[in-house]
Amino acid sequence: MWSIVGALWKVFLHAFRKRRTVLYPEVRPHLPARWRGRIILSRDPSGKERCVACYLCAAACPVDCIALQAAQEPSGRRYPEFFRINFSRCIFCGFCEEACPTYAIQLTPDFEMGEWKRHDLVYEKEDLLISGPGKYQEYDFYRVSGALIEGKAAGEGFDDEPPVDIRRLLP
Amino acid sequence: MREVVLPLILVAAVLVAALATAAGLIWLERRLLGLWQDRYGPNRVGPFGLAQVLADMIKILFKEDWIPPFSDKPVFVVAPAVVIVTVLMSFAVVPFSRHVMVVDLNVGLLFFLAFSSLGVYSVALAGWSSGNKYALLGSLRGVAQMLSYEVFMGLSLMGVVMLAGSYNLSAIVTAQRRVWFVIPQFFGFLAFLIAGVAETRRLPLDLPEAESELVAGYHTEYSSLKFGMFFVGEYMGVTLISAFITLLFFGGWRGPALPGIVWFCLKTGLFICFFILMRAALPRPRYDQLMTFAWKVMLPVTLLNLLATAAIVLAFIPRG
Repeated sequence: MWSIVGALWKVFLHAFRKRRTVLYPEVRPHLPARWRGRIILSRDPSGKERCVACYLCAAACPVDCIALQAAQEPSGRRYPEFFRINFSRCIFCGFCEEACPTYAIQLTPDFEMGEWKRHDLVYEKEDLLISGPGKYQEYDFYRVSGALIEGKAAGEGFDDEPPVDIRRLLP
Repeated sequence: MREVVLPLILVAAVLVAALATAAGLIWLERRLLGLWQDRYGPNRVGPFGLAQVLADMIKILFKEDWIPPFSDKPVFVVAPAVVIVTVLMSFAVVPFSRHVMVVDLNVGLLFFLAFSSLGVYSVALAGWSSGNKYALLGSLRGVAQMLSYEVFMGLSLMGVVMLAGSYNLSAIVTAQRRVWFVIPQFFGFLAFLIAGVAETRRLPLDLPEAESELVAGYHTEYSSLKFGMFFVGEYMGVTLISAFITLLFFGGWRGPALPGIVWFCLKTGLFICFFILMRAALPRPRYDQLMTFAWKVMLPVTLLNLLATAAIVLAFIPRG
């Protein structure tokens, strides 16, 4: 009996509490920098595409929403001929970002991707590619790795040691 | 000419007011539930979300009106109309102020009780004609609940009748000149309030439609406008019970400064809000608890209340 009256009174007092709802389009929610939202492809500090078309993201993707085709520049740099993400399938798990050896594919704090047509949710490379490096501003895969391209001989990369003559027996 | 047209206008006005209140309650209920649950409710369509009512009505009008092939068709179609008719008929005897009423019936209170009893038929017929076991279970519960609670609903009002010495509603309001009947008839008021909740099948006593166990109870098979009629009937029932609480226990249109009809609407609105607060706060009892409460607690309490009132009236109020 008294618990019923108490419940009524307590619920009534909620009329003077602050409302918990975030009025979304007017009030923006705070999204942390590591939020897993819209996927982008980044460029290295020199402005070239970071993606080396290794297919690791496509292999890691649990819903098979990434499709790409590798190609090679005359200079030796690899790049994707096309790079397609079907966002109507994507579950924003972030596995592609973890799989990527070059920090090329990244997830961003943006979730407003609504479209009227399902077809419009398929993003091509020009939709995905951004003009800057995104996260990991200084990182440049070809400077760090041992891969040989035009303009960078063996041993010239960051942290590289001069190449070893494997025919010499001296240490 | 004037004697014919004026009552017709009044009837139309009462009809429009009752239906508009029922429509407005859809919005009010959702906003108030939002308020008491620390959220907003519908606030996008129109100012304060008021046009939500319009949007909902357009939506429900364009839904498919499906009559199940296994149903008892004529009864299935008539059942939702019974709700509306019985509730609207009771509005005929409500005195909105000293002069604004459709009929000043000398058995107004009995008229109201009779029509609220007839409302049971809508639940019974809807559940039976649907040909659906959940609907049947819901209507079984509904009929049992409404019949049980009607017993002490009528009895709880007899104290008021004794004090006022009349079944006429405006006479009952006039009898509350000195003191509102909620004070001498407090237990009567409580009993009527609880019975009113059960009569309108509102939460926490919404066992006939208990959506967590019976899909939607007696209106499981109803869609479109027919479902809407059950809905409107429920909201008009809430308005009606609130109006009668106001009339019988809280002095009807009586109040200082403001005109009578304003006082009447204010008090009624307050009780409508209380109905919604009960929905926000209280859980649904079990079916056997509901029946035990009606027959073993409320019936004896109202009988004792009746006995005490009768004794006091006999002892202290001189006959004249």
